[in-house]
Amino acid sequence: MSAGTLAAPAARLRMPTLRLELLGAWMLGLLWVLPLLWACWSAIHPASTVAGFDLTAPVTLHNFAAAWSMAPFGHYMVNTVLLVSMVLAAQFALCTPAAFAFARLRFPGRDILFAAVLLQLMITPDVLMVENYRTIGEIGLVDSLLGIALPYLGSAFGIFLLRQTFRTVPQDLDDAARLAGLGLLGRLWRVYVPLARPTYIAYGLVLVSFHWNNFLWPLVITNSINVRPITVGLAMFSTTDQGTNWAIITAATLLSTAPLVIAFLLFQRQFVQSFMRTARS
Amino acid sequence: MQGWLLVLPAVALLVLFTHWPALETIWASVHSTAVPHHPSRLDPAVNFAAMAQDPVFWQALRNNAVYAACTIPATMALSLAMALAVNRRFPGRALLRLAYFTPTILPMIAVANIWLFFFTPGYGLIDRALSPFGFGDWNWLGSASTALPAMIIIAIWKMAGFYMIFYLAALQSLPRELGEASDLEGASRWTFFRRVVWPLLMPTTLFVFVNAVIDAFRLVDQIVVLTRGGPDNATAILLYYIYQVGFQYWDTNYAAALTVVLLLLLSAVAALQFGLLARRVHYR
Repeated sequence: MSAGTLAAPAARLRMPTLRLELLGAWMLGLLWVLPLLWACWSAIHPASTVAGFDLTAPVTLHNFAAAWSMAPFGHYMVNTVLLVSMVLAAQFALCTPAAFAFARLRFPGRDILFAAVLLQLMITPDVLMVENYRTIGEIGLVDSLLGIALPYLGSAFGIFLLRQTFRTVPQDLDDAARLAGLGLLGRLWRVYVPLARPTYIAYGLVLVSFHWNNFLWPLVITNSINVRPITVGLAMFSTTDQGTNWAIITAATLLSTAPLVIAFLLFQRQFVQSFMRTARS
Repeated sequence: MQGWLLVLPAVALLVLFTHWPALETIWASVHSTAVPHHPSRLDPAVNFAAMAQDPVFWQALRNNAVYAACTIPATMALSLAMALAVNRRFPGRALLRLAYFTPTILPMIAVANIWLFFFTPGYGLIDRALSPFGFGDWNWLGSASTALPAMIIIAIWKMAGFYMIFYLAALQSLPRELGEASDLEGASRWTFFRRVVWPLLMPTTLFVFVNAVIDAFRLVDQIVVLTRGGPDNATAILLYYIYQVGFQYWDTNYAAALTVVLLLLLSAVAALQFGLLARRVHYR
């Protein structure tokens, strides 16, 4: 037996298991996309043929048009976009200075305060919806976009994430900016924020997908179509407005998730990578 | 001083919608709910005594335990398997990763609508797949024995791809030399995984575990739209029951007492996390 074949038994043992694992991985992947493929299939076929899986069934966009005309999805979508933009702008504006102070300033009570902030990672506003509903009611903001957004405008997740990033900014840069005559906010704006750009992108994506998909709190706090976000509107549509017309329900489902899914498919690589960046920190 | 000014706006909002309502919840839980002719009064026992007698509360707690005991390990195992699968290089890797991850970005409401079709009696995909074997025509969401498992399956399908990202991030930050060293020593892949990779993944596993526990108490969207806690409260988990008591029966102080139980459970998770983190879960 030559030296070259010494490694062979191990390799021969390995190849089939590797193939088997790969096969398993693809089977799992198929299982994972099956519901989505089905949704696409039934949304573009007439309702009568959905159950049959007739490959020759005619393709139609009728279901989308029907769904669009049966409920104010356009309005819901605008509400969601406004809501998400509001939360995004407010969280960036509020969490940035807080994260900077927690990362680089010394002030009495800082560590206790930071521990108190972290508590919100566990106990999120939706767990406390009964009391938060009362609070929003007292301010008179029930059934308003601001009322949906308000409990989420401060974010422990955002503060934590940005603090971790700001702490990695070299102190030398900060000192140099100080010598150049920049004040506290100037340094934050000119040095820290630009260096944290990747974190802001990751944080923004996580935030947008979270608030685009948020359901229970908006359900509780809204009661008119003027302010309902798309998730609540879709739930109303598929449970009450409709019987069991699958084709139209799935068309509505795809319609209401389309903007996010299309954005995701276009920026898939950045999206996953920024999620991973968030995960790593 | 400057520090306080910078953190004040964000911290004030957090206090207003997390810490303050948490205290208010405790305060409300020891008062009876006001009904006509009976204003709310301080009575530390009234809600908790009612809770001890409330069969739906105990069922919600049991359901939640089952929900957690099934979703947490299954989601964690699947997410780790997915991450290991797409951590290797092979043709179509990006596509497979996309397949695993996509359910994560869909709203739970959309997910629920999609799965509704699978569970429809007689006509749905699951019954169609089972009918050649003599099953079929089973009301998956309408039967007490299968409604909760259906909710569990949906939750797993939705969340596994999300946690995969955390494992993938951890796997990709492992030093490459580790694998080469063990190749030289001829360690089998299983040994390598068990002795090297798994211990190094421990902080990630802890992180994923804590988040999966929180999710097991918070993921109720699919229950709200698919079963409304039914049939016979078979799918009522704690947060859903709080929603029902607070916003359908409007018994707000009883809902507060239920929220206190949920807060205690979540605090226990928090304590566990900080306790374990303090010991630094690293077997090296």
